[in-house]
Amino acid sequence: MGADRLVIDLENISFAYPDGRDVLSGLSFKLDKGARAGLIGPNGSGKTTLLHMIMGLIPPSEGAIRLFGREMRSEKDFHESRKNIGLVFQNPDDQLFSPTVLEDVAFGPLNLGASPEEARDIAVKTLKDLHLTGFEDRISYRLSGGEKKLVALATVLAMNPAVLVMDEPTTGLDEKTNDRIVSILNTLDKTLLIVSHEYNFLARTTDDFYGIRDGQIFYAGESATLHTHYHAHAAGEVPHKHI
Amino acid sequence: MLSETFAFGDSAIHRLDPRLRVVFAGLLSILTAILNRFPAVIFAVFLALVLIGASRLPVRQVLARLAVVNGLVLFIWLILPWTFEGTPVVEIGPLVGSWEGIRLCALITLKSNAIILALIALVATMPVATLGYALHHLHLPDKLVYLLLMTYRYIFVIETEYQQLARATRIRCFKPGTNLHTYKTYAYMVGMLFVRASARAQRVHQAMVCRGFSGKFYCLHEFAFKSSDWAWSSAMGISLIVLGGLEWAPIV
Repeated sequence: MGADRLVIDLENISFAYPDGRDVLSGLSFKLDKGARAGLIGPNGSGKTTLLHMIMGLIPPSEGAIRLFGREMRSEKDFHESRKNIGLVFQNPDDQLFSPTVLEDVAFGPLNLGASPEEARDIAVKTLKDLHLTGFEDRISYRLSGGEKKLVALATVLAMNPAVLVMDEPTTGLDEKTNDRIVSILNTLDKTLLIVSHEYNFLARTTDDFYGIRDGQIFYAGESATLHTHYHAHAAGEVPHKHI
Repeated sequence: MLSETFAFGDSAIHRLDPRLRVVFAGLLSILTAILNRFPAVIFAVFLALVLIGASRLPVRQVLARLAVVNGLVLFIWLILPWTFEGTPVVEIGPLVGSWEGIRLCALITLKSNAIILALIALVATMPVATLGYALHHLHLPDKLVYLLLMTYRYIFVIETEYQQLARATRIRCFKPGTNLHTYKTYAYMVGMLFVRASARAQRVHQAMVCRGFSGKFYCLHEFAFKSSDWAWSSAMGISLIVLGGLEWAPIV
């Protein structure tokens, strides 16, 4: 496996909150091109921090971030890498800021240099691919929670990133929307990194999953072994395998 | 909250180019505000009524909005005639009402109604987003346009957050009264709203940065000036000239 296959390569990353509490301490993580990875960890374990670090929103206090084989040093580096890594935020209200759906989906392509006509075409096509045709002129704040999530996904997919990063994509969604997101993700030919608490969702969308604990990431197994616990279980709180 | 009751319709006014409507509403309002002669002011009211007629808005709802304005105007009628110096016409006990005061009140009443009616007919008949893009095409600075659009977008989110906080207090049996506990609770709620709004602003900005935002906004909307827009703009131009003439033409 050559280094050029690595899309995300974090080495010895540390990060502390302003109050001095350590979140990540000496974390290393590699993600190959085409990999579909899930990330599980307790609340406050630094999952969102980690994603924001990959996007260059917060700098690590120590360690190196390499994306697509390039070391990320400045905001300018990240400005480039964001064209290839799309992050879907946990709360779609943070992501959708335009008055109408079409404008929000076209926002990314416009930033990438598309002309208004091209951006409009890309937006219309992306919405169509996600079976959201007819949503173009809908007012973003009047969408339901599930619709907002799907549109938020569309706003990122419109930029056609090679890597799709999602922060808790299923929070507060009903089963139907959940299923729709699963089927969308399974038709995408992209590297995936999904943070979720939902074992079943990860089992349906990813190949491998990782855990995060005490500021470190560890490989936790194949996603197919993931399952929800309806029974009492000594290892129920941590990723584990049934043999 | 903003319900945009009048924004969606199918009238001659609704079909007009939004830029033309914004410009005419601006010019008409400013001109009306500085008028001082009654024939001119009455013509302004007439123009506003014509616009309302052409916009085919439900009369009852328009009147309801006017009532809000005229509530304020009522206070002016209660105070101004008795405090404005001039020729006395009415005397009630120690209060002396002046002719000039009454004239001024009448002017204010007519002008404010004319301006509000014109704004309802011209500006309230477009969605806030359209207003934003119209202002953009009229070369209002980007920052102001996006301030308007984002305020519009997030005011609903902030309202929902306020409702959540209000519910959270209510389900724990909070009953507002005139006491320190109530003031403190409201202060916490307002403080929490500010904290949440600022945290959200930060997250929204991060989400925008993740999609390649680097400080420049692009506008998708293009407006087309149609032949009917030309006809309307001529009529509007002429009416503004007539209005100015009624105000400034020398009296023979």
